[in-house]
Amino acid sequence: MKIQLLAIVFVMFSLSATFGQTVEVIKYPQLKEMMDTDKSSDIVIYNFWATWCAPCIKEMPYFEKMNSHDNVKVKFISFDDSGKLNERVIPFIKKKDIQSEVYLLDETDFNKIIDQIDPRWSGAIPATIIMNHKTNEKLFFEQEFREGELEKVVLNQI
Amino acid sequence: MKLKFILLAACCFGLFLNSKLNTAGLNVGDKASDFSLKNVDGNMVSLSDYDDAKGYIVIFTCNTCPYAIAYEDRIIELHEKYASQGYPVIAINPNDSNAKPDDSFESMKERAKDKDFPFPYVMDESQEVAKTYGASRTPHVYLLDKSLTVKYIGAIDNNYKDASSADEKYVEEAIAALENGEKIETDFTKAVGCTIKWKEI
Repeated sequence: MKIQLLAIVFVMFSLSATFGQTVEVIKYPQLKEMMDTDKSSDIVIYNFWATWCAPCIKEMPYFEKMNSHDNVKVKFISFDDSGKLNERVIPFIKKKDIQSEVYLLDETDFNKIIDQIDPRWSGAIPATIIMNHKTNEKLFFEQEFREGELEKVVLNQI
Repeated sequence: MKLKFILLAACCFGLFLNSKLNTAGLNVGDKASDFSLKNVDGNMVSLSDYDDAKGYIVIFTCNTCPYAIAYEDRIIELHEKYASQGYPVIAINPNDSNAKPDDSFESMKERAKDKDFPFPYVMDESQEVAKTYGASRTPHVYLLDKSLTVKYIGAIDNNYKDASSADEKYVEEAIAALENGEKIETDFTKAVGCTIKWKEI
């Protein structure tokens, strides 16, 4: 009886842990569909990053802050190796307490994908796409944002 | 009259802006410039040092980027396969070592020694070469012919994770076409890489 109770507590505990932040592994067609169809916020920001990319990690808090604006949603798309999902990406997201949605793009042949994501992109990360669904504008940045810079761009779009 | 002048001035300015944009880096078909950069052995290296070269595999790379590291062995293989055929590898580290201490000249020396690099590994201290070439990430390959005309820009192959799964070996295919006097089918590719760490201005 006692063991059963313990087991239930344990299951519930582990469930609540997984209900925290998760990382969904996706392929390019899923990313494309998401970028084409997710208009749940006027402004949807896609930030391309990886746990080993220092400038990416530096700018992450500025992106997280954008979620506090009405009608702005941030999604982090990781380029980490999918084999490192449990070892690196999920622990990182938990440690940093990332609130935005996080995806891992599990692809290797990027020459076929980069131009489709945005022809202005050379492939370097960090890179950011800001979709404005009110004006149908798609802004592209292949750079690291410094404090305040991203907010300026986003406020201009709202 | 005045209006015409303003229009003309605006046009000129527009052209100026345009030409500015076009000069941001090399495109396939452009002529690359030679350089003189310090190798990990202390000697200066220029493309003109290679008397017998039929071309050059210039690769912007570094110690720290996981993609650069993933391609290290393949860069060594490229040199081992093609240097004797007249296409040596010249590896250039363009990263600002203030931003990335592990990309310092000392760390480059260590890396070259540990991996026993058979090619020069030079530092682009001023970052001028990376800027003139228009490199944006590591690794980033520029294949030049003997006259320094750019023949291919991009990735080494189409699978950074696993060399044996790569079924498009861009650099090798470009050299083969060049050798056979054929048109290079894929002369430009994009790949994910680490942004070059530019100096803070």
